[in-house]
Amino acid sequence: MTTETKPPQAPANAEEQVSRERREFLKQCATAAPLLLGTIAAGESVAGAAQEQGYKPEEHYYGMGIDVKKCIGCGRCADACKTENNVPREPLYFRTWVERYTITTDGETVVTSPDGGIEGFPPSVSEKGILRTFFVPKLCNHCANPPCVQVCPVGATFITKDGVVLVDKDYCIGCRYCVQACPYGARFLNPVTRTAEKCTFCYHRVVQGKVPACVEVCPTGARVFGDVTARTSPLARFVRFNEIQVLKPQLNTGPKAYYANLDGEVR
Amino acid sequence: MPGISEQLSSILQQVSGYIYPNEIELQWSLMIVVYPYITGLVAGAFILASLERVFNVKEVEPTYRLALLTALAFLLIAPLPLLLHLGHPERSYEIFMTPNTHSAMAMFGFIYAWYLTVVLLLEVWFDYRKDLVLWARREHGLRKWIHLILTLGATDISDEAVQFDQKAVRLITIIGIPSAFLLHGYVGFIFGSVKANPWWSSVLIPIVFLFSAMVSGIALVLLLYTLIGLARQSLDMACLDRLAFFLFYALILDLSLETLDFIHRLYEAEESIKILSTLISGRLFISLVVLQGLAGTVLPLIFLGLLSPAFGHRALVRLPEELRRTLYLASAVLIQIGIFSMRWNVVIGGQLFSKSLRGFTVYKMGLGGLEGLGTSLVLLAAPFFVLYVLVKLLPPWKETPAEEAPGSAAPAD
Amino acid sequence: MPQQVKRLAVVFVVLIGALIGARHYLVPKTFGLLGHYRAAAVEANASKPMMYAGHEACAVCHPDIVKIHDDARHRTVACEVCHGAQAAHVDSPADHIPPAPRERAFCPLCHAYDPARPTGFPQIDPITHNPGHPCITCHNPHAPVPPHTPQECSACHGEIARTKTLSKHAILPCTTCHEVQELHKNNPLASTPTKPQTREFCGQCHSQDAKAPSEIVRVDMSTHGQRYVCWQCHYPHSPEVQ
Repeated sequence: MTTETKPPQAPANAEEQVSRERREFLKQCATAAPLLLGTIAAGESVAGAAQEQGYKPEEHYYGMGIDVKKCIGCGRCADACKTENNVPREPLYFRTWVERYTITTDGETVVTSPDGGIEGFPPSVSEKGILRTFFVPKLCNHCANPPCVQVCPVGATFITKDGVVLVDKDYCIGCRYCVQACPYGARFLNPVTRTAEKCTFCYHRVVQGKVPACVEVCPTGARVFGDVTARTSPLARFVRFNEIQVLKPQLNTGPKAYYANLDGEVR
Repeated sequence: MPGISEQLSSILQQVSGYIYPNEIELQWSLMIVVYPYITGLVAGAFILASLERVFNVKEVEPTYRLALLTALAFLLIAPLPLLLHLGHPERSYEIFMTPNTHSAMAMFGFIYAWYLTVVLLLEVWFDYRKDLVLWARREHGLRKWIHLILTLGATDISDEAVQFDQKAVRLITIIGIPSAFLLHGYVGFIFGSVKANPWWSSVLIPIVFLFSAMVSGIALVLLLYTLIGLARQSLDMACLDRLAFFLFYALILDLSLETLDFIHRLYEAEESIKILSTLISGRLFISLVVLQGLAGTVLPLIFLGLLSPAFGHRALVRLPEELRRTLYLASAVLIQIGIFSMRWNVVIGGQLFSKSLRGFTVYKMGLGGLEGLGTSLVLLAAPFFVLYVLVKLLPPWKETPAEEAPGSAAPAD
Repeated sequence: MPQQVKRLAVVFVVLIGALIGARHYLVPKTFGLLGHYRAAAVEANASKPMMYAGHEACAVCHPDIVKIHDDARHRTVACEVCHGAQAAHVDSPADHIPPAPRERAFCPLCHAYDPARPTGFPQIDPITHNPGHPCITCHNPHAPVPPHTPQECSACHGEIARTKTLSKHAILPCTTCHEVQELHKNNPLASTPTKPQTREFCGQCHSQDAKAPSEIVRVDMSTHGQRYVCWQCHYPHSPEVQ
């Protein structure tokens, strides 16, 4: 703040007072501006483009619903995910994949996921009678109580305010403790960046109001994305009208991938 | 990536049952087997050293300084397998700068730092300080300067100062014993706290790791003491017998704990019991039943139980010294193999089966490469080279007997 | 204080001071603002480029196709499922022409028969179904109405039909037990066929006094499986008792 060195003089008339007040105000602006701009600039690196367009993370809390009865195992979701997120195409790295369960009449359960289901599944051949058979899409569950975040030694994986578990690939040291800690096999080490990687709910799409790539391309609507807590959203309707299960509830990870019509044989 | 396809197709062919697609490749390799093995030796060697100081076990006094230097040599090498394993070792400082206090791995960095500085280095320093000053006084050249710098300028060796040194060593050792427990128990906790993995998730894993560390540490010191003692022709057989005695009981404790874990799992028979039984009887049979169990535990127990004064002042079977020595040595080597197998069975075994509990993958251990067999052998040999340097710099034995005898013309060490 | 302690204190103070000083340079500026992570990482994740444009984007330039598509059976199938990720096409249409899968191998990814697919989902056997012809010869992908309305139930319910053919109910047309409206053939979910609800229905042929051909198996309805409905033990499409 600039200090006045001259003693204040009584204004001759109102006009002079206004112009003097205006000068005072402009002086204050001049000193405050660098501070304000500096704060905005610092905030910019955190806020970024999406927030400039009005996206507020605090207003959302995302999850995904999956209707096992609707999944036809076409693998379009797994394929789209690799395209959208530039995941290496080798069958070792998947952010999402589809499994087929075949339960035979003598109680044996066979599970397959050839290349994550990307090219679909070969015809199921079983000499024994098939009791039940179905497809189950799998992905990161974006747990509310994520064990991967708990074990990361440096804070390179975290859960955002809108409920998405992300990885900071510029900070990750590649120790793979998070990969060990995930009970769902959702994480892997990207061989190119040598950092941990996993489904991000296509966060770069979600902040712009779009749905993840896998949800976009699912031809039967087996995948439903939205706000868990909203009164009206496709996901809200999904969890209202279906009996919901989650994977491995006994581990108390608080998964936010909600399965409808999930069979007890699914791990 | 060119090399991936043949390696990948051979792995895929050997996958049995169903595994999550991301589990095909193992994440924690041989490096993560070597690392707990090395830190285990540190904890074990230190606890042996502390036996002498805190519990006044006089017979093993000759091994005190050697055990300390051994612990230090191995602790210095311990971070190397971790750095070689990291995807970004150049970012490893982040563990100290922004540690996640909920992460066992992050907290371990500080436990390691604590143990290295406050326990080991400090204890070595206090124990050697008087000798460092004496050596610096009568040496010349580089050796003199190294020793002088190591004194940190604290050159007062009056009785008072030396007494303070001894009290300090005792205090540090007392602090050091729980610190050593914490050091390797924590490594066990890094595995034991992973609820996603039923092979690892167990309350007993930190305890089992700790006791197997003690076993391997004592065995290592026994091995080193025997070899060095033979080379210098100053082997104290009573010391060796007492070491064997401690090794025997440590092994009994370790075996009891592992058996307890085994029985508990088998009895409760939780969902994972099927896949784990298949794991033990299949891919892990040789490393678990043969190497860790029979060769690494049962056989040494027989040797040590019969030959050492385990059940009284006299051994059950009295053998001539050379034979006894050789069998002690053989036991120590078998124990090392057994404890290394134990680390392998935990780390690799825990990743061989799927978290879907429906299938297995294989571990393709490379011969070369940053995480391959060659690197592991170098890392396992490296501490001995470091120990050699330390022993040359800070000789752990007293002056030769000839010197202390009056009128002797033998030169100083 | 003994000399040793003084010297050691100096060493420790220097070490700890170095650690604290290092923090100032090494901890990233945005670390800890939102939680125990680099706040800038949220933006890094949010600012990746999109590869899929989303089906809303196609309507802007191709409203005619979208109108046909959204009224037909493939309305739940997004454009980019078949035409690939086309965010690049939206940005510069002339430089990136979307591919259109025209070969037979593509459609069976969804429509090949698989027992794990829901009953009633349109499935064909790719080997026997019009071999040699590309699917689009008969089916417009944007409005994939079959060229002929299926007359037989077996066109969509192949597995059930095949099971029934090998059973004692083989000669019974599906309509014996299921009332079907014509609407079901064009719009299956809008009008689902009925299923028998009572034991007496099966009793029309299978009770002791039923007016039916004599070779049909008869049971005494008052005692046989009294507390259950028939199909709890007998699968109607293959009712042989095992």
